[in-house]
Amino acid sequence: MSTVLETRNLVKRFGGFVATDNVSLTVQRGARHALIGPNGAGKTTLINLLTGSLKPTSGRVVLEGEDITGLPVHRRVSRGLARTFQVNQLFPDFTPLESVVLAINERERLGASAWAPLAAHAEAVDEAAGLLERFGLTDVMGERTSHLPYGKQRLLEIALAFAAKPRVLLLDEPAAGVPEEERHEVLAIVRALPAEVTVILIEHDMDLVFSFADRISVLVAGALFTEGTVAEIAADPRVKAIYLGEDA
Amino acid sequence: MTAVSESQEAVSAAAPEHLAAAQLRRRSAWRAYELVLWLVAVALIFLLPSKALLLTEIAIVALFAVSLDLILGYAGIVSLGHGAFFGLGAYVAGLFARHYFTEPVTGLLVAGLASGIFGFAASFLVLRGSDLTRLMTTLGIALMLAELANQMAWLTGGADGLGGFTIGPILGLFEFDLWGRTGYIYSLAVLFLAMLIARRLVHAPFGLSLKAIKANRVRAAMVGVPANSRIVVIYTIAAVYAGFAGALLTQTTSFVSPDVLAFHRSADVLLVLVIGGVGYLYGGIIGAIVFTLLRDWLSVITPQYWMFWIGLVLVVIVLIGRENLARWHTFLPAPVQRVFKRAASWRPGVKLGGGG
Repeated sequence: MSTVLETRNLVKRFGGFVATDNVSLTVQRGARHALIGPNGAGKTTLINLLTGSLKPTSGRVVLEGEDITGLPVHRRVSRGLARTFQVNQLFPDFTPLESVVLAINERERLGASAWAPLAAHAEAVDEAAGLLERFGLTDVMGERTSHLPYGKQRLLEIALAFAAKPRVLLLDEPAAGVPEEERHEVLAIVRALPAEVTVILIEHDMDLVFSFADRISVLVAGALFTEGTVAEIAADPRVKAIYLGEDA
Repeated sequence: MTAVSESQEAVSAAAPEHLAAAQLRRRSAWRAYELVLWLVAVALIFLLPSKALLLTEIAIVALFAVSLDLILGYAGIVSLGHGAFFGLGAYVAGLFARHYFTEPVTGLLVAGLASGIFGFAASFLVLRGSDLTRLMTTLGIALMLAELANQMAWLTGGADGLGGFTIGPILGLFEFDLWGRTGYIYSLAVLFLAMLIARRLVHAPFGLSLKAIKANRVRAAMVGVPANSRIVVIYTIAAVYAGFAGALLTQTTSFVSPDVLAFHRSADVLLVLVIGGVGYLYGGIIGAIVFTLLRDWLSVITPQYWMFWIGLVLVVIVLIGRENLARWHTFLPAPVQRVFKRAASWRPGVKLGGGG
């Protein structure tokens, strides 16, 4: 397997606080790579460094062999690095159809096209319809996003990232806050993501992590604590200690 | 009956991609109120020839407000200095007519070009920062330009304004008349063409990406929208439109008053959009009609205090809430609502589904 995404000695300081401490992470192509760690371990900061929302204090981010440390967010997306957000980041007044069409248009470099109406770009519309069907959103595609049930919004959140045809997809707690009855639908979608898409999963739910991931990295206090296969991490007493508390 | 249920079946049985395409087409379809508005505007040429000057003013304010709506209603860029582009267009049109060429369409294009170049340069100042810094930046640019025009009296006529030029016939064919009829037709034609183009822009992928930037800039970047370059483009286009509006004022009045760069221009156009609503283009036109008529009427009955009444109207609008005003029809009795709904969703050509 080849490396698709790696960080080299990544450091992020906020004043005197070190949020990301010399993290060198390697993610293999097609992996289901989970990133776990207690609250405040710097998981979200690391994600923001990967996607470009934050600039690192030092260190590099390399996607498919190319240094993307200096690229803005939208350029990284067009290179195949997409993410979902822990708290939904959607367009409340858009319909799911409009949202997905937007993402597809941008990917196909149609976003600056300013004359033909949306419906005239038939391939994008067809693809959007297919994508909405795949994510179980066909029946609500014409409704305002803010009126959708939370589970559907969650699915749209993933669909928007997926519409960018990512090679690496960062899922930030995909099932967080989803009511139990809608949860299985979200998880089924996550499990059904195509094998060629590398998935990096940030998650607190250990059942989901252990059933989904094939490799796990543990972050503690901003630094990479340990990394291994699911079996290795599950058997590691130090990881258990971190999660249950050192004194437990 | 059967025809209706059949067509409903046909729609529900249709493949999702056809449904999706139909939904997107409906979004950009011409609405009944648009057609009515333009027909009335044309009819007024013949019905109210004595009010041509007022109608011209409405058309100009409307174009200016549509211009602001493009950046405020679509990209979410607030501005307290949009009058800068209006005033620049007005002065350029005046200077061009005075020193070079009196044909108005040429002057209009030159004025739009000048405002566009200035807008392009200014757009980089609104890319960063919050709404508050944008308000201050845009206000500052407008004030600087106003002071510049005032100081450069050798060019602009300073506080006396710029006169001493006449505007030639439009395209060498249509003379401006004393009653303002040609001026109204000319302004209306420019407004209509500008609206046609703006409609295309906002219903195209470009317009959708602007709305995405306004709604959620973080997510917009995360689906690949390059927000900065889109904002530069729309800000430039809006500046061109504002320049057109300013040029129309110069050409229909054959005079440039330093008032074109005054602060109240920028404030008024914001009020127009507050009245008419943002983000659907016609808010600028509807707001311009209400604002101009209100001002015209109030300034006749209370010449000194008309600003007070405008202020009161604004307070009432804010208290009731724009979204409640926009759905005023939902407070009507049900049968009346149904009639309105049918009228509003009517459009020429095939019917889509059962309506409903």
